[in-house]
Amino acid sequence: MKKFWALFFWFWPLVALYLCVIAPGRNWWFPSKPLSTLGHQIDGLFYLILIIVTVTFVGTEFALGYALWKGATKNPSSRAWFSHGSHKLEIVWTIVPAFVLVFISLTQLDVLADIRVLSRFPDSVKEAPVAEVMARQFEWRIRYPKPGTDLMTSPQPGDLYYVNEVHVPAAVPTMINLRTQDVQHAFFVPRLRVKQDAVPGLVIPVWFEIEEAGDYELLCAELCGWGHYKMKARIVAESPEGVSAYLTRLEREQNEDGVQEAETASVE
Amino acid sequence: MATITPALETHGHGHDHAHGHHEQTFIQKYVFSTDHKVIGIQFLITTLLMLMVGGALALAVRWQLAFPWENMPIVGKLFGVFQGEGGQISPEFYTMLFTMHASVMIFLVIIPVLAGAFGNFLIPLQIGADDMAFPVLNMLSYWFMWPAIFCFGYSFIAGGATAGPANGWTSYPVLSDIASASPSSGEAQTWWLFGLTLVGVSSMMGSVNYMTTIINMRAPGMTLFRMPLTIWSMFITAILQAFALPVLTAAGFMLVFDRLHTLIPTSIHSVFFVPAGLVVNNAAPTVGGGQPLLWQHLFWFYSHPAVYIMLLPAMGMVSDMLACMCRKPVFGYKPMVYSMAAIAGLGFIVWGHHMFTSGMNPALGMTFMTSTMMIALPSAIKVFNWIGTIWDGDIQFNAVFLNCAAFVALFIVGGLSGIFMAAVPVDIYFHDTYFIVAHFHYVLFGATLFGVFAGVQFWFPKMWGREMHDGVQKVHFVLTFIGMNGTFFPMHLLGIAGMPRRYADPYLHGYLEHLLPMNQFMTISAIIMGFAQFLLLGNFFYSIFYGKKVGRNPWNANGLEWSAPSPPGHGNFDVPPVCYRGPYEYSGPESEALGQDFILQTTAPPAGVKVAAAHH
Repeated sequence: MKKFWALFFWFWPLVALYLCVIAPGRNWWFPSKPLSTLGHQIDGLFYLILIIVTVTFVGTEFALGYALWKGATKNPSSRAWFSHGSHKLEIVWTIVPAFVLVFISLTQLDVLADIRVLSRFPDSVKEAPVAEVMARQFEWRIRYPKPGTDLMTSPQPGDLYYVNEVHVPAAVPTMINLRTQDVQHAFFVPRLRVKQDAVPGLVIPVWFEIEEAGDYELLCAELCGWGHYKMKARIVAESPEGVSAYLTRLEREQNEDGVQEAETASVE
Repeated sequence: MATITPALETHGHGHDHAHGHHEQTFIQKYVFSTDHKVIGIQFLITTLLMLMVGGALALAVRWQLAFPWENMPIVGKLFGVFQGEGGQISPEFYTMLFTMHASVMIFLVIIPVLAGAFGNFLIPLQIGADDMAFPVLNMLSYWFMWPAIFCFGYSFIAGGATAGPANGWTSYPVLSDIASASPSSGEAQTWWLFGLTLVGVSSMMGSVNYMTTIINMRAPGMTLFRMPLTIWSMFITAILQAFALPVLTAAGFMLVFDRLHTLIPTSIHSVFFVPAGLVVNNAAPTVGGGQPLLWQHLFWFYSHPAVYIMLLPAMGMVSDMLACMCRKPVFGYKPMVYSMAAIAGLGFIVWGHHMFTSGMNPALGMTFMTSTMMIALPSAIKVFNWIGTIWDGDIQFNAVFLNCAAFVALFIVGGLSGIFMAAVPVDIYFHDTYFIVAHFHYVLFGATLFGVFAGVQFWFPKMWGREMHDGVQKVHFVLTFIGMNGTFFPMHLLGIAGMPRRYADPYLHGYLEHLLPMNQFMTISAIIMGFAQFLLLGNFFYSIFYGKKVGRNPWNANGLEWSAPSPPGHGNFDVPPVCYRGPYEYSGPESEALGQDFILQTTAPPAGVKVAAAHH
């Protein structure tokens, strides 16, 4: 029975490890490869930590299981090892993890700065948000500037509005201004690895560069009330020409009073 | 020095040597008792029952995630609250469920079971004191739990079934601040805050008492570095409580002032956390110049140290139990103490890692990332030392040991997954996904609760003079261990797949649909784990009355508590204890001279043995 317990503690980390190994094949892994430039860097850092952590996990769990195995197969007449510890070992297992942890920490700094520090944003987006994304219970309200003008912090007469769909250009850096009208929300786009809280009273710039045209899920990731789960929206990445065509269409629809078209139709 | 040997087995019950006292009434003895042991047991039984309440809430959460919008079996028909929903869990109710699951588990189970139950019971016994420094304060610390339980309980009723407190256990404003923000932000949220504050009052009274007792009331010879690691952990935890808790209490009062007008319309109406110009649910725009991030800073300034309050005592207890069950001294006693102190110290400067996506200054993010990485170091040192403690030991494979080994094995997982979220860029993806849920359940359930399971069985004989059935505990261990991993390990994968937490129906989003079968598997595991807890409760209550009777020291352990009678009478020790050595001298030359593998801290050094162990 003693050996059973030692094997038990050896066995379950193997199951856990096996689960992680088969996970990508079963689609239990990232929803897709990262589809933004920063996403690649984030995933790279994730895999770096994953390797370090897996080695540590296997090492420590194996050592624990081995310690149990030694105890289970011990000669019953011999006494336990009378030891209060080892100064040398303590130094080794303090310094080695310290270096590893500082190393991990240092590898993160550049990417963090690229994601968050305004002065490190690409020059092309620094002053030019394409849209304001205003979260509210339980939807996303998008405000674009009138084509040919800049986005202002406060709404302007010619601004264009849409709900739960953001059109942004693909393959170029893009910045949006994130706000909330009521409580806290968070702007989460899993395939782009983008997440930023929308904080009442703040305008927070968020930038990303989507690599491929397509649709991307946008969700809320900060509890915002009972309908938190259904703040479903999408980001549509298309060519810059596509975006301006969309905005032109949106402008026409928004300014459509229903009269002109009817007249044209009756003349024909 | 004169040798004082208690006549070990002759005393069935401890005499009260120091205090001549009058006969106590039943109420004085068992209800409003000032005896630390009674208070500890009161805390233990209360928290074990609350564990079942919190577990039931968790199972309801799991039901919704596995079978969204389907009628709940049994419960759905049983309670009137679900009738209006046709037996379903409504989204309002779901948000309430996970909020109260966390609130109950954190504030009414984990914190009070460690500090309240084990802290109270063990501190005087392990340092050789006859009681706590302030027995009445101690009694009050327990009885302040009940108004807290009442407030949490009443908050369910105050708003009705769809308006219980549902803003997360973190209760971030503005959601928790403005009544119109959510059905749950009415009266229920205010009562929830009262409950939180009362739990804080209870913890504070405990922590003052523990610090004073440990500093002032140690038995002769019980130097600081002869204290068991349990006592060190309780001491460090008490310090953490004393310095961090006032911040939460202040923040709680600020939020109460923001909200009090929802209860009493004419009362104070401050706007600490509400900025101007918010339009919440088409209500009139807010006025004021508050800052919602202020709450997050204040809340986490307490609640991150609180994570260690929920862990350190279990670390100390497990160190004690591992040494005893491996018949070996703790490997690296002083590094263990120093790393606990380091965890406590660093614990005060890592709160910002809960706010990496909150919009705070990115420079702060870098600072908090580095400090958070560094707090992994003392945790790693402790893990290595625990493995060192088991190494080459004469292991007793009972349920106490197995639960302790599980503590180490699962703490490794919880610790390592923490590294991902300490790294800001990676955390940006994982923040508020199930990866976080996996992480803190591995720490709070995998580590702390397994430590508690071990501790309950280990100190049970001292509480009742009887032992729990080891076989039942082993079955409980296996079921809980398998259920726990089956429930929480897949959560890592859900997190990587980008499934956000606190979603009543994640499958609304196409990229999460295929995760439903995995969630069903997790729910089945959780049900197994939940029902396995009846084995623990059954064994606990059965053994109180019918367990096998045992003597003072059934585990052949070294601590002072094992030289007292089982159960100890009022005043604890029949012979005033004198401490001669550290608590972990298992299998050493002194014990060998006595022909055994342990030597009580109170046993005078045997003649002719050179004692090298006085300082180590």
